[in-house]
Amino acid sequence: MTTEPATAMRVEVRKGAYRDSVALMRVTREVAAVPGVEAALVAMATDLNLGILADMGGVAPEGTGPDDLLIAARAADDAALASALATAETELAAMSAGGDGAAPADVPPRTLRTAARQAQAQGTPATLALVSVPGRYAAAEAFDALEAGLDVLVFSDNVPVEQEVALKRTAEELDRLVMGPDCGTAMVGGAGLGFANAVRPGPVGVVAASGTGAQQVMCLLDAAGVGTSHCLGVGGRDLSAAVGGASTRRALRMLDEDPGTERIVLVSKPPAPQVAEEVRRLAEGLRTPVHTVLAGTEGSDITAAVADVVAAAGGSVPRWPSWLPVQTPPGRTGALRGLFCGGTLAQEAAAVASGTLGPVAFGGDPAGPEAGGHLVIDFGDDAFTLDRPHPMIDPAARTERFAAELADPAVAAVLADVVLGHGAHPDPAAGLVEALAKADPRRPHAVVSLCGAAGDSQGRDEQAERLRRAGAEVYGSNSAAARRAAALAAGAEPA
Amino acid sequence: MSTSRLLTDDPVVAASGARLLSEALAAQAVPVSDAEFHPPMAAPDGTDTAAELVRVLADPRRAAANAEAARRMLAVRPQLVDVRPADEALGLRPGSFLHAGPPVDWGSASGPLRGALMGAMVFEGLADTPEQAEAELRRGGADLEPCHHRGAVGPMAGVVSPSMWVFELSDADTGRRSWCSLNEGLGAVLRYGAYGPEVMDRLRWMSRVLGPLLRDAVRSHGPLDIGAILAQMLQMGDEGHNRNRSGTLMLLRSLLPDLLSGDAPASDVAAAADFIGGNDHFFLNLAMPAAKLMADAARGVPGSSAVVAMARNGTEFGIQVSGCGDRWFTAPAEMPDGLFLGSFGPEDANPDIGDSTITETCGLGGFSMATAPAIVRFVGGDAGFALRTTRRMYEITLAENPAFQLPVLDFRGAPTGIDVTRVVRTGILPQINTGMAGREPGTGQVGAGLVTPPAECFTAALSALAAEAPGLPAAG
Repeated sequence: MTTEPATAMRVEVRKGAYRDSVALMRVTREVAAVPGVEAALVAMATDLNLGILADMGGVAPEGTGPDDLLIAARAADDAALASALATAETELAAMSAGGDGAAPADVPPRTLRTAARQAQAQGTPATLALVSVPGRYAAAEAFDALEAGLDVLVFSDNVPVEQEVALKRTAEELDRLVMGPDCGTAMVGGAGLGFANAVRPGPVGVVAASGTGAQQVMCLLDAAGVGTSHCLGVGGRDLSAAVGGASTRRALRMLDEDPGTERIVLVSKPPAPQVAEEVRRLAEGLRTPVHTVLAGTEGSDITAAVADVVAAAGGSVPRWPSWLPVQTPPGRTGALRGLFCGGTLAQEAAAVASGTLGPVAFGGDPAGPEAGGHLVIDFGDDAFTLDRPHPMIDPAARTERFAAELADPAVAAVLADVVLGHGAHPDPAAGLVEALAKADPRRPHAVVSLCGAAGDSQGRDEQAERLRRAGAEVYGSNSAAARRAAALAAGAEPA
Repeated sequence: MSTSRLLTDDPVVAASGARLLSEALAAQAVPVSDAEFHPPMAAPDGTDTAAELVRVLADPRRAAANAEAARRMLAVRPQLVDVRPADEALGLRPGSFLHAGPPVDWGSASGPLRGALMGAMVFEGLADTPEQAEAELRRGGADLEPCHHRGAVGPMAGVVSPSMWVFELSDADTGRRSWCSLNEGLGAVLRYGAYGPEVMDRLRWMSRVLGPLLRDAVRSHGPLDIGAILAQMLQMGDEGHNRNRSGTLMLLRSLLPDLLSGDAPASDVAAAADFIGGNDHFFLNLAMPAAKLMADAARGVPGSSAVVAMARNGTEFGIQVSGCGDRWFTAPAEMPDGLFLGSFGPEDANPDIGDSTITETCGLGGFSMATAPAIVRFVGGDAGFALRTTRRMYEITLAENPAFQLPVLDFRGAPTGIDVTRVVRTGILPQINTGMAGREPGTGQVGAGLVTPPAECFTAALSALAAEAPGLPAAG
C-alpha cells in the first residue's frame, strides 16, 4: 500500500520590509533549490505575487499588502521546510551585505579605438597603433585605428594586396600614414618599433620599404657618428605598381615637414618604373634632400650608398667596423653558403657575391650545379616561418643549418648575419659561437655580417668579440662581409 | 601640414596582437595600451567574414554614412502627443493584427504569440472562445503584420488589434510618428500570451476607461517630453527596458493634474492612477516608441552599417540595418538566462520575444545597465557586471548619447547605435535585458533575465553590406 507524501507549507509575512523584486527572485531561486522544496516564493506581496502564492496553495494573512515581504515555501517534510526558511533568511541577509560595487570594473580594451581612448584617459594620448594580429584580420584592426585618428604600423604579413591598397586610400583621406603591411622596422621619436636598433638621434630620416635594409642603413650611419631622426617603414610592396607608393610619398612629405630631419634616405627594392618616377618627382620638390638606396639588386651596395649620405652630410666616412680572428682555417676553394635571418641582407649578399662568383642560387635548397653550389638562404622567408617565430627572434633553424654547412667538405665559406636590437633574440651570436666551437679545425671559413648599433641591449662589441674568438670574421657592413666571403670561396688568402 | 602627431609628440602606442612587440616598447619606457584581439565572428555558412569585413570597412561611404545615421538618431526629440485607438492611429482594419519581431505566420508562431493573437481575436469579438479563435487563426482568418512595418513597436508578443489604444509619439523637429500599445502590467497579461477572462476584462477597461482618460490628459497637457523623462530615469536607477519605475512615476506626476482636472469620474481617475502607479513597467511602452523614433531616424542611409531595429517574434530574432533597406536578417531566437517567477522553470520559458529590444538599439536597456545595477541580480552578477556590460557595449556602438548620461561612468553618454562591423569584428553581441514568456499559450510571464541576439543575424547583415559595397579599389 502507498501513502500520499506528506507536504508542509509555510507562509511568513514581514511588514514593511521592502526589497527589490529582482533581488527577491534570486532569493526565490535559492530557496527553491533546497532539497525537498517543491515550491518557493520570496516576494513583495503584490496582487500578482499573492496570486502566485495562491497557485502554490498558500494563503497570506488578511491585510497583507504590496509593502510587505512574503516568504513562502512548500516542502516534502518539516525538515526541508525549515531548511528552506533558513536559506531564505541567509539569502535575505546576504542581499544587503553589499560588495565592492563602486569600484570601477576593469574591462580590457578589445579594440584599438578603445585602447587609444584608455591611453587618452591616462593623460598620454596615443600617437600610433601597432597591429600584429594574423594577416587576414590585420586590415580590420588598421581601419579601426585610422578612424580613431591614429597612424598605423602593420607588422602583420600575408595581408592581401587589395586590402593594403584600400587601407592606404583611407589613410590618405584621413591624413594618416600606414606603415606596412609587413613592416618589421620603424623608429619614431626614439622608440624602436618591431626590429630596430638603439641608434643615436640625429638629422637623417629614413623611409624604408625594407626592414633589415633600414636597420643596416641606420647602424652604419650610427657607426659613422650620424644619427637618425625617424625611420618610417612603408611595407615591402609599397613601391610596387599595385600599391603605387602611397605610403612612401606620405612618409617623405612627413619627414620633409619634420624640423629635426635634414636629410632623407629612401631604402627600397627597385620600385615599379612609373612609381619610381612619381617618387623621384616628389622628392625633387621637397626642401629636404633625398638619397635613394636601392637594396638587394645586382650592383647595389647599401654600405656605399650610406657612405655617400655621410659624405653629403659633411661627415667623414669611417672604416666600417670589423672584428678579425687571430686563427683561421686553411684556405680552400668551394661553395659559398649564406644563411640569413634578414631578407634584404640576404638579397644584398647574394647580389654582391654573384659579382665575384657568378651565379648564386637564392632561397632554394639545395643549390643547383649551375650555381656551382653557391647558395644564399633567407630563413625569414614565409617558407621557413610557417608556424614558427621569425629567425631574428628564434634562430634555431638557421643555427642548425650553420652547423651542417660547417661540416660540408664542398663548402669553402659560410656567411651568416647576426641582427641585434629591439625585438631580436637576446643573444643571437650564441648559436653560431657554439657551432664554431664544435666544428672540425679544417672547417670552411666563417664570415658574420653583424647588423647592430653600439647601444643595442645585446652588446654589439661583446657579440662581435665572442664570434671573433670562435674564429669568425665579423663585419659591420653586410656588403663587406659578403664580398669577403665570396673572395674566400674563390680561394683568397685568409685574413 | 599633416595633422598627424606621429613625429611631433612623444610616442604612445595602442597595440593589437603579439605581446612581444608591446613588451619591447615597454622596455623602452614607451607607454603601451594593449587591445585584447579576438578573431571576428565565424559565419555559420562558412563565409569568410574577415574578407567581408574589410570590404565593408573599405566602403568609402561607410564612415560618413554611419556618422549621419548616428547624428540623426541622437537628434530625435521624442514627445508623447496623443493616445488613440489603433484603428484610428495605425489604420488597422478589423481582422488585422500587429505582432512583435520580424514577419511570422501562424504556423511558425510561438506559444505566447499564438496565445496573444487568440486573446486579441476574442477581445475584438471575432471569436467567442480562445479555442474558436485558434481554429480561425489556423485557417488563416486574420492578417498578421509586424508592428515595425507600421512605425509601431509592441513589447513581448506585441499584439495590437484595432480597438486597443496606443501611445502616439512625435519627433519635435521632424514630426515623424511612432506608436506603442498601453502596458497591461505583469503576470497573466496578453503580451505574455495569456488570454483568460481577467486578461480580457483588463483590456476592456483599458480601452473603455484608461485610453480615453490618457487621451484627454495628454491633449490637455500638450506634448510631453519623453526624452527628458528618459534622461532623468537613467540618473535614477532605471535603464528603460527592465526597470521603468522612476519613469512611470514621472509620467504619472506630469499627467496627474490633467487627469484630475478633466471631467471623468473621480473613481475612474483613481483607478487609472492606481493602475499606472502600480505597474512599474508602464513607462516601458513610452521608452519603446521613443527608441523607435530614434532608430527610424537612422534608417535608409546608403552604406551605413548601423542597426536600426532588433526585434523578436518568439521564434526568430531579426535585425534591420540602415544601409540594407527594410530587409530583416533573422536567426532562431535564443533562450534568456535569468530568474523565474514562482514554480516556473527554464522548461516553461519561450525563446526570446518582443520589440522591446528597440531600447537596446538606442542605447537603453542592457546598454545602460551600468546605471541600473539592481538589474544584474537577474543573472546573479554584481554591480561590477553592470559596469563591465555597459563598458563592453561602447566597443560595438557608433556614438555616445549626450542626452542619456550615466552618472556612475562619470556621466558618459549611453553607448548608442550598434555597428554591424564592430559586432562581427569583436565578437561582442548586444546585451539585452528582457522578460520571459511562458512557452504554452495562455501562461503569461514566467520570469525575466538577460539574452543576446544570435550571432548569425550580424554575419548575415555583414554579407549583405559586403554585397552592397563597391569592390576593393583596383590595385595601381
